[in-house]
Amino acid sequence: MSETATKKLMLFFPRWESEKPIIYHLVKDYNLVVNVYRAKITPEEEGYLALDVSGNMVDIERAMDFLGTFDVTINDAEKGVTRDTERCTHCGHCVVHCPSGALYIGDEASREVAYNAERCIECLACIRVCPYAACASGF
Amino acid sequence: MKTYEQINQRIESGKAVVLTADEIIDYVDKKGLEAAAEEVDVVTTATFGPMCSSGCFLNFGHSKPKIRMSEAWVEDVPVYTGIAAVDVYLGATQLRHGDPANMYYPGEFRYGGGHVIEDLIAGKTLQLFALSYGTDCYPLREMRTYFTIDDLNQAIMVNPRNCYQNYNVAINDSDKTVHSYMGCLEPRRKNANYCSAGQLSPLLNDPAYDTIGVGTKVWLAGAQGHVYAEGTQHAGDCERTPGGVPTGGAGTLALTADMKQMRPEFVRGASFRGYGISLGLGVGVPIPVLNEDVLKRACVRDRDILAPVVDYSGDYPRNTGKIICHVSYEQLRNGEIEVEGQTVAVGSLSSYHTALEIANLLADEIRSGDFLLARPIAPLLKDTKMKPLVAREKRDERNGD
Repeated sequence: MSETATKKLMLFFPRWESEKPIIYHLVKDYNLVVNVYRAKITPEEEGYLALDVSGNMVDIERAMDFLGTFDVTINDAEKGVTRDTERCTHCGHCVVHCPSGALYIGDEASREVAYNAERCIECLACIRVCPYAACASGF
Repeated sequence: MKTYEQINQRIESGKAVVLTADEIIDYVDKKGLEAAAEEVDVVTTATFGPMCSSGCFLNFGHSKPKIRMSEAWVEDVPVYTGIAAVDVYLGATQLRHGDPANMYYPGEFRYGGGHVIEDLIAGKTLQLFALSYGTDCYPLREMRTYFTIDDLNQAIMVNPRNCYQNYNVAINDSDKTVHSYMGCLEPRRKNANYCSAGQLSPLLNDPAYDTIGVGTKVWLAGAQGHVYAEGTQHAGDCERTPGGVPTGGAGTLALTADMKQMRPEFVRGASFRGYGISLGLGVGVPIPVLNEDVLKRACVRDRDILAPVVDYSGDYPRNTGKIICHVSYEQLRNGEIEVEGQTVAVGSLSSYHTALEIANLLADEIRSGDFLLARPIAPLLKDTKMKPLVAREKRDERNGD
């Protein structure tokens, strides 16, 4: 009897770690359902993997230990795309380009744009389309 | 019937009844047109969106020795120097020196004229670099200095075209993403973008230009400015609904105001990937409730304003004039429209949220007696159309061509 959970992770690889089959082990050895949002894995280059893993909490803990055995920087602060509400003019251009509904019209009467970071899948479309550079990614 | 003078007297005595173009709709529904026209003095309209035809005249004052600038850059963005010695014009869409534009498509256009204007009003320190061919009276050949808006003699915004009365809804019929001034348009009509404040928008609340004209006082990014001319491409002679509301881009306003009085939140540099640079500008225009007809028109609703859906992959660039269909702003704000049987997601470039904020700010200023209305000195014309640019051969008059 264990709780299931979903954990968002951002993994950063130096050049020499990009050839290890990490996702394969997360699935096979730790029974996690892996959902990759964004990845840059090129042999001999620095890379990153933005993903979430779902499974029972014990397996996730063990998987985190497993990841710790690699020369990989793990960021599990659950902070990906950040939105600067001072810069946002609430024009609404991002809303139509956000595939996961993380950006949406929060209030119909005032047409205020709202952001739910939990739904963000790091596709970075909002960063590309925002005319006022209100969205940014830490990575 | 009320006059401008009567309304201004009520404003000065702090008794003016002011509502926004959003509030007035329900107010008139409840009270009736006749009673509301008696009670309400001013309806405030507003908009916030990218307005490319914007820029400013700056005067730097004279150096020791003097310089007659013939080429100049502010933060590496070229400014126009073909006026007096230390006067320049800085345009909102001007790219920075060395900007690769769309060489590596789509270009990012991160910083340009619009951003310099934003930074200037925000009080930032900017670099001026100027060159001169040198004259007897202006011998200095080169100048590099750092300044803020407070160091300038004048920083006056002069915008040849703002506040489009209605506009297109852009869609993309092709298989490739289109990058335009109407934002990013995904292929195969995946999304459609509009750019208007609809029922809050200045000229849509005065569709026949009964109160808004040359000389009308406006709220421009927090400063008290005015309409100095009809805007470029102003086309009062256009298709209209039975209610008199244009069904596509029609009238425009040329606005001016003192930048030293502006608020930086309402003047924002805008980057359009793959297209270029613009300036997000906030404008508020008060409509004096002179009579019932004026009030009736100021009660226009989103569902009564139609916008033309145009394909920006082919028809717009080729200038075919084709309109796919019309949709209402109510439908657009619902987030989805039907285009030839297909459901299309809708994006916006105009901020209704900021427009509401501006309409309320202007209403507050009028209520507290700080903003008086101005009677226009000349009307905006209703009978002009937009002429096209025709590629012609040069005519040889000597040979009787």
